[in-house]
Amino acid sequence: MTIDGKEVEAEEGKTILEAARSAGIHIPTFCYHEKLTPYGACRFCTVEISKKGKSRLVTSCVYNVEDGLVVQTNSPKVIKIRKMLLEFMLASAPVLAEVAKQYGVEKSRFKSEVTQCILCGLCARYCAEVKGANAITFVGRGVKRRVAFVDEVVSSGVCMDCRQCFGVCPTGKIPRETDGASFEGITVQDVLSRMNRK
Amino acid sequence: MAKLRSPADLEKKREQIVSKRDPSKPCITICSGTGCHALGSDKLHEAIVTEISKNGLRRKVDVRRTGCHGFCERGPVVVIFPDETCYLGMKPADASEVISKTFVEKQLVERLLYKDGSGASVALEGEIPFYKHQTRTVFGNNRLIDPKSIDDYLAVGGYSALAKALLQMSPEQVLEQVKRANLRGRGGGGFPAGVKWETTRNAPGDTKYVIVNADEGDPGAFMDRSLLEGNPHVVLEGLIIGAYAIGSHEGFVYVRQEYPLAVSNLTAALGQARDYGLLGKNILGSGFDFDVTIHRGAGAFVSGESSALMTAIEGMVGEPRPKYVRTAVSGIWERPSNLNNVETWANVPLIINRGADWFTGVGTAGSKGTKIFALVGKVNNTGLVEVPMGMSLRDIIYKIGGGIRSGRRFKAVQTGGPSGGCLPESLLDLHVDFDELTGAGSMMGSGGMIVMDEDTCMVDIARYFTNFLADESCGKCIPCRAGIEQMLEVLERICAGKGEKGDIDLLEEISDVVRDASLCALGQTAPNPVMSTIRYFRDEYVAHIEQKRCPARVCKALVSYFIDPVKCSACGICLRNCPADAISGGKNLVHIIDQQKCIKCNTCFEICPTRFSAVLRISGEPVPAAPPLGTEVARKKGKQE
Repeated sequence: MTIDGKEVEAEEGKTILEAARSAGIHIPTFCYHEKLTPYGACRFCTVEISKKGKSRLVTSCVYNVEDGLVVQTNSPKVIKIRKMLLEFMLASAPVLAEVAKQYGVEKSRFKSEVTQCILCGLCARYCAEVKGANAITFVGRGVKRRVAFVDEVVSSGVCMDCRQCFGVCPTGKIPRETDGASFEGITVQDVLSRMNRK
Repeated sequence: MAKLRSPADLEKKREQIVSKRDPSKPCITICSGTGCHALGSDKLHEAIVTEISKNGLRRKVDVRRTGCHGFCERGPVVVIFPDETCYLGMKPADASEVISKTFVEKQLVERLLYKDGSGASVALEGEIPFYKHQTRTVFGNNRLIDPKSIDDYLAVGGYSALAKALLQMSPEQVLEQVKRANLRGRGGGGFPAGVKWETTRNAPGDTKYVIVNADEGDPGAFMDRSLLEGNPHVVLEGLIIGAYAIGSHEGFVYVRQEYPLAVSNLTAALGQARDYGLLGKNILGSGFDFDVTIHRGAGAFVSGESSALMTAIEGMVGEPRPKYVRTAVSGIWERPSNLNNVETWANVPLIINRGADWFTGVGTAGSKGTKIFALVGKVNNTGLVEVPMGMSLRDIIYKIGGGIRSGRRFKAVQTGGPSGGCLPESLLDLHVDFDELTGAGSMMGSGGMIVMDEDTCMVDIARYFTNFLADESCGKCIPCRAGIEQMLEVLERICAGKGEKGDIDLLEEISDVVRDASLCALGQTAPNPVMSTIRYFRDEYVAHIEQKRCPARVCKALVSYFIDPVKCSACGICLRNCPADAISGGKNLVHIIDQQKCIKCNTCFEICPTRFSAVLRISGEPVPAAPPLGTEVARKKGKQE
């Protein structure tokens, strides 16, 4: 297959993202992590593929490689999507301003509640899939979707020695807010102080 | 009840049931669908039974509570067989008169009959224009059977297609019939059911599932609900036939918990089918085993999407999966799973019984058979209508729907629910099928059809549907979650009179990304309400943004109310009804609205007697100066009466 004009060979069953990375081609992501099942939520890894003369936009973290596939990771359509996604993300997570600048997005035209969270789910999924602890989860639907700690699990003490979610959070919300303030409506501080008392 | 162990047993059973029924014996059928139920069909049923006893007719007249007839607006609907006299809007208090007139005096009760445009009565159900122009092949049995009685379904030929499929046809032959019929999915995408069945059939794995999608959730749509409530066995029969063709032994019905009657009628149907040996081991002696589980949905619109629905059946939160592998190949627990919606399954027994050629004889080149629509909104006759594919929007809205209410003018029709779009008057002659609707920027969806008149603001409609989607987006992927939120923000701003130059372009820009980058069909089609209204009603957007004018005078922020001093006759009705005490006036004094106090509730506009029509709605222009307080009215009360 071809990625950005470069001939790339990849094993069957690999995703476009994996093939690109092993060929040294960078496709940016927010919700992807090598140790986790691809989640396809940030859509930032969207690329343009063409086969049999037809082009299509797909998310490279879940789309498997195919023989003869032609992939463009930086086509105008892809750039347009990425810029818009960054504007969306900036509205709720201004902390990403520096990252956005790298892609040419100086400011967002949109306003949203500032949560400093892009709901990539890395914390929740890492906790579930790698740690097997299931201490973090999503609550709510749509624009009301939030990340929350599960009281019962956190208070069992498992989080005290782990804190591996701190490292995967792309906005730094988890380390910043679990050590300081609380999440929206979720009294993580209460939970943590209860842990400390234990 | 002994199980039916062969098609011969089934036929014997059917003969037994039919032989006990005299087709010439009068039968009063009372619609007990959700609409008529809400209008009191329970009490009506009681009253009719009481009256029949009183008149000593218990042995002479049957009473049956049936599924939805479709003419919900005029319910409760009562049809008296064998003549098929139809009474609309019948109340318990009418029972005595109807029974004595029908069975003692042999006369009609005029006032309960349908009246056509000229005021003439129409006595027979089939002659009522709402029904006359329909082709009720899928929905037709609803009015004949009690949904809780499998014997009623057998009496109209039920399960004969199943017997034929299981014992006279190979699975391949069944599949071939459905493929040849070109039955396209009635749930949204219009994907050919036979092709999907074949994919699941050919997919590797021994365990395969078949599923009924009854997670109908479009605003204003209730065709799947009425079918499942009114004739659960036809859906079940279709499902068993599909399972046989695909090689599946386990099925699910994913039905909304908000459809309690559908859940209870379906539960009863499954029990009866098991008792009769139509579900379970060795169905009708064919050697084929199959059974069904009901999964009740927890109220998420997105769960109608195939991968989200399957995730929900697995017991997890109903969110779509990002994979590029079809659920037909890897669905529930990563096993091949074939999902079709209620109406699609209900078509299957018809195709098996009457053949693919019969089925393809109806419809257009690319869309075969009939389609059930929920015709609602500003039409005179609202309800469920079944028509051949290809009927024009005009015929559906005017011939069946009886045109627009209160003599208003047609403006648009919304098809396909929140994923669909709004089509303007210039497209009224569009022949409704999958491809024509998609080509026009809307879609068939599951068959919602909302008619709008000139008093509808199209920006407000786009805002309404986008708001619905903002509530129903699962929030998993960014373009859908944030994109819909931002589209809604722009639309709300425009409706509030704060639209800015460039907002239309911005909506289009967001729409492109939401369509191209969203994870599932909910997001990919979410821009349709906005895009289709911009495409066909751009001038309304421009009026809102540039002139701060709402052409339909709907958007509160852009509308003012004014009492015309020449027309006001000081009747005091608006003054007494204004909830904000914003109207001042007195005997023989012109009434005046205090613009500061007015909350724009529209009450004065609606309540001002039409013979005066003194209250004006103004948009996009300044409110005229009110006369000084204490100005006497031009037309004095009493003089003109």
